[in-house]
Amino acid sequence: MTARVIITAPTKAKKGEIVTVTTLLAHVMENGFRHSSTGVPIPRDIVTEFVARYNGAEILRASLYPAIAANPYFAFEFVAEESGILDFSWMGDNGFAASRQIAINVE
Amino acid sequence: MTVLGSRILAGLFGVALAPLAELRAGEIPFAELRSGSELMSPDTRAMQDADSANPGMLWVIEGEALWNAKAGAANLACADCHGAAELAMRGVAARHPAFDAKRNQAVNLAGSIEWCRVERQKAPALTAEGPEALALEAYVARQSRGLSIASTDAALRPLIESGRELYLRRQGQLDLSCAHCHTENWGRKLAGLALSQGHPNGYPLYRLEWQSFGSLERRLRNCLTGMRAEPYPAGASEYLALEAYLKWRAHGMPMESPAVRP
Amino acid sequence: MTTRRQFLEGAGALTALSVIHLRAAQATPVAMQAAIDAVTGGAVLRPGRVKLDIPPLVENGNSIQCTVSVPGPTPASDRVRALHLFNEKNPQPNMFGVRFGPRAGPAKFTTRIRLAGTQTLVAVAKLADGSFWVDRVEVVVTLAACVEDP
Ligand code: HEC
Ligand code: HEC
Repeated sequence: MTARVIITAPTKAKKGEIVTVTTLLAHVMENGFRHSSTGVPIPRDIVTEFVARYNGAEILRASLYPAIAANPYFAFEFVAEESGILDFSWMGDNGFAASRQIAINVE
Repeated sequence: MTVLGSRILAGLFGVALAPLAELRAGEIPFAELRSGSELMSPDTRAMQDADSANPGMLWVIEGEALWNAKAGAANLACADCHGAAELAMRGVAARHPAFDAKRNQAVNLAGSIEWCRVERQKAPALTAEGPEALALEAYVARQSRGLSIASTDAALRPLIESGRELYLRRQGQLDLSCAHCHTENWGRKLAGLALSQGHPNGYPLYRLEWQSFGSLERRLRNCLTGMRAEPYPAGASEYLALEAYLKWRAHGMPMESPAVRP
Repeated sequence: MTTRRQFLEGAGALTALSVIHLRAAQATPVAMQAAIDAVTGGAVLRPGRVKLDIPPLVENGNSIQCTVSVPGPTPASDRVRALHLFNEKNPQPNMFGVRFGPRAGPAKFTTRIRLAGTQTLVAVAKLADGSFWVDRVEVVVTLAACVEDP
């Protein structure tokens, strides 16, 4: 199954406007410090990196550690310059990779 | 009303139990019903209120995909028979558990979905409380958000009555009943957390403590463990009885699923 | 009949058991300092500019929303290059590090974190002129995040 993602951003913005994006990703973020009920350590399984791009150039790149809560939520801002594509990607342990693109119309 | 007074009233009206406002004997009066969300911090409340921030929506969107996916030997999607969930499932969660006259038994929402899956889609049963079952329940329950819980089916009365008996029964090493916490001590702090009135209006929901999405049954298992009582086995009829009673005592409260709780 | 007082004492005693005990290998302020040094190269941290917004009292350590930002206008000379968040008690001191790219907007990043108990959090901002700025906030956690069993 493809990773479940919820992205919230306006579809339209004025040139120069500061736009807020929020992202939610379904992921356990198993921190690697816990044990099962039988005492066996549960291996770490987290998202280690998140990248947001606007028409190919980076808005930001985040390194993530086990302290990030399950089902990671991010909110950040960028300045609308021209119409185009916002691209979000998540990478993590065990080859985890997810990405989403959305379009934004700048007037 | 004093506890003693309410006990006497409970005895008096117990036989005449009906899902009607004036007969909420021994229970929190309608005007004083408070959702668990009212006792949460503003941050947790904000997380519940915004779809963009509510992790429960991750289960809702998966449920939506499942609603539209063909399954089983019948090769039918839920949507093929029911159409748009926004219309077909509106209010359905708010009136479950319901009495299925054809089968002559009460069912909760998970049970109704399960019945359609097995009998109508001719598909293998989904694992109870597994990710897909929870996702479908989340999506169906979402269509009742903001609608009032309606516990009005007279056929449910015997079940509500047995749920009520379980709710008042002292259990476990601490010799507590559900009422000790949720009827008599709600609003007080227990280990830093305000005790709620114990309503089912947010379920299924995202609980921070679970770091995941879960059913009302899971919450009830947590409470039984907290009482140092042995939880009933998964899927036991006691959970259905408790759920029917909890819905009855929460009659009229707006549904919040997918809610968020600490 | 159980009085309210007796009831609360009994119930409080049992829920104390559910408060998770930390393993010995937790991050100490020393480990946190090492993690900060790894980012700053030992440069001086100046208080100010950067701001950590987080509720002072949280219900559950498993998910706490917080925002690290450098408020106000930022001329090109002191553009914000990165924002970091550290803690002293989780098993690991690093929480996140955000580097801003060419398309960066206002320097501001919000996420939800886990906290294994009451502790001080440290937010660090790196500016284009090479300076580092710091904000420290103490957070009281009533129910710690699970670092032990699920
Ligand atoms: C073959 C047609 C068919 C399919 C496929 C089907 N259902 Fe149903 N479903 C029905 C019928 C018929 C009923 C009973 C009459 C009614 O309430 O609409 C029903 C009842 C229900 C109810 C109870 C409604 C109420 O008002 O109490 C729920 C909930 C439900 N279905 C959910 C689902 C879900 C979820 C799926 C997919 C997993 C699904 N159904 C697939 C035909 C179908
Ligand atoms: C020792 C006190 C205690 C007892 C006894 C207890 N619970 Fe709970 N219950 C809690 C706590 C603590 C919570 C989580 C915070 C809250 O909502 O009160 C909770 C939550 C709930 C919730 C979820 C409320 C919400 O808004 O999400 C329900 C429903 C519930 N309990 C039902 C029951 C039932 C039914 C019983 C008896 C089988 C029971 N509880 C017994 C302490 C208790």
